[in-house]
Amino acid sequence: MAKRVGIEVSLAIAEAAKLARADVVAAYPITPQTHIVEHLAKLVADGEMDTQYIPVESEHSAMSACLGASAAGARTFTATAGQGLELMHEVMYVASSMQLPVVMTVVNRALSAPLSVWGDHSDVMAVRDTGWIQIFAENGQETVDNVLCAFRIGEDRRVLLPVMIHLDGFYLSHVIEPVLFPEQSQVDKFIPPYQHPMPLHPDRPVTMGAFGPPIIYAETKKAQEVNLEASKEVILQCWDEFGKTFKRYYSPVESYHSEKAKVLLLTMGSFGETAMTAIDKMRGEGREVGLIRLRLWRPFPFKEIRQAVKNAEALIVLDRALSFGGPGGPVCSEIKAALYGEDKKPKVIGFVGGLGGRDITPAGFEEIINRGIEISQKGSENEFEIFGVRE
Amino acid sequence: MENYSVYVPRLVTKRENFAPGHRACIGCGEALAVRLACKALGQKTIIVTATGCIEIISSQLPYTSWRVPWIHTLFENTAAVASGIESGLKILMKKGRIAQQEITVVAMAGDGGTSDIGIQALSGALERGHNFLYLCFDNEAYMNTGIQRSSATPFGASTTTSPAGKVSIGQVTWKKNMPAIAAAHNIPYVATACPSYPIDLMAKVEKGAATPGPAYVHILSVCPTGWRCATDLTIRIGRLAVETGIFPLYEVENGKYRLNFDFPKLRPVTDYMKLQGRFRHLSEDVINKIQQRVSAEYAELKEKASEGKG
Repeated sequence: MAKRVGIEVSLAIAEAAKLARADVVAAYPITPQTHIVEHLAKLVADGEMDTQYIPVESEHSAMSACLGASAAGARTFTATAGQGLELMHEVMYVASSMQLPVVMTVVNRALSAPLSVWGDHSDVMAVRDTGWIQIFAENGQETVDNVLCAFRIGEDRRVLLPVMIHLDGFYLSHVIEPVLFPEQSQVDKFIPPYQHPMPLHPDRPVTMGAFGPPIIYAETKKAQEVNLEASKEVILQCWDEFGKTFKRYYSPVESYHSEKAKVLLLTMGSFGETAMTAIDKMRGEGREVGLIRLRLWRPFPFKEIRQAVKNAEALIVLDRALSFGGPGGPVCSEIKAALYGEDKKPKVIGFVGGLGGRDITPAGFEEIINRGIEISQKGSENEFEIFGVRE
Repeated sequence: MENYSVYVPRLVTKRENFAPGHRACIGCGEALAVRLACKALGQKTIIVTATGCIEIISSQLPYTSWRVPWIHTLFENTAAVASGIESGLKILMKKGRIAQQEITVVAMAGDGGTSDIGIQALSGALERGHNFLYLCFDNEAYMNTGIQRSSATPFGASTTTSPAGKVSIGQVTWKKNMPAIAAAHNIPYVATACPSYPIDLMAKVEKGAATPGPAYVHILSVCPTGWRCATDLTIRIGRLAVETGIFPLYEVENGKYRLNFDFPKLRPVTDYMKLQGRFRHLSEDVINKIQQRVSAEYAELKEKASEGKG
């Protein structure tokens, strides 16, 4: 039977990689990801995890070593955060374009300058278009479950794409939570061994990473786009299967008291749990508010988002990143784009908050919702507002 | 020569793992070096190549010149990708998912991909002790992008980003000593080679491949396009680089230096330089300065070799 243990979420992630029997881990330490790679190193040192651990000299090399290991046919795992993710940036495109199903947990962190080790989604948004499947987790259990799902989804022959699991730095990575770990035998059954159809091996020479002249480049990109879009079906099947096996259910867009709510708040990541507290309180006061949590960031769940918000009058989107000189928050822009062509749609109001680890309390969420309602009724001169910032 | 053509096929395989029909320039010393290296490496090999001339001339989709498994990802990460492949193979063999066998993992990059942008990844991989062979094909500038200077460009050479001009002699820095940097990592095998000495080159590649742990071979690759020399002089210029002491052929085995070709008297550097347009603008003063430096460095190397240490 599965056992429930109190464990720091970072350590739980390492345990999940162990349960998944990752063959190779290549990682470079960066706050707030360090506890994950420390625990992985410990598991390997103690002989509890049969894994080649490559302590590389940078994140660029971490992701590069992952490419090599994955191309050789090994199940490959890494973790990073913030600046580390930025240093990996160009390598990440190669992982997705060359169909190497690396799994990576990203402990979301703000970007310099000024240096900040604390959480926000600036790092995520900068790698938005790298072609990876991207899933957000709100708590420890969701993180562990989705790390397991990530291997199964990414390595599926119909997919063969790298997968990122996002979790908020410190707020989630460093808290101790009760986590249910499945039995090894259950995991072995759930994640079949990784078999890349054409790994690097002298018995069957392949050429990987040839260059694409204009006559063929666009076709390779179209194929990649079609593949990433099609992965959604496999993601849904995986979550469905996971639910049947482990009785925990996930979907691309998750709702909380949203069915008859006139006003909806949308969050991504661990803020969802705090926002629920605010929603509970406001509903207790008779307010018709609800919450939408976006779990699947890539491929973007257009259909599910449209369905989830269509009956609301106002949709308040909270971003944890800024698109400088642009429309404010990247999530809000995408939601607006997804709804633009719909006949029946809510007014979308954008807020940016929680930058560089700034907390938003339940009272803060109440304030955001009230201000959002005010803007939806009276309008605003601003494209978006930054919540809780001093002038 | 007639005798040689009868004799050589007995020493060297006729099989070409780097297939003909690639797009290298006429007289390319690098393509020749890769061809020889592939002969020496044989079938049980996985090759990782950095972005650069070799990648571009050998891999245009949907064609390939590679008859062994080959991967290219980016410019600066070749040694890191090789680390991953080596580690992947190791664990898959340990877990019994692939058959236990010797597979040589080889990283190939140019001088820019090695001594400039790729030096961090290379240093990391050498320090970690991965069992792989790194081949640097040094044509002394960024030739693929059009002859821009690198840290491996020799003093006085004119390139498109270190052009000789009214107030400049061209490259004003001395060539970075990459083999010495590799040797400073205390790896078991470092060597220099040149396709003008094909049997020596192949022997060193073979030796590097057979070495447990990291091995580094630095191969001078004459580039007629970038060096502005006649395309039929590739072999001769490579020989002159060695005979002038500009590019001595040596090995560093477990820290012990050995000079493979010694000459009682080195030829003057002008014998090498006068055949190349990239040095044509140099004054006698500058050439003398280069001669002094080459003589001093050669003497230093010879001393290390005679002491049999580093």
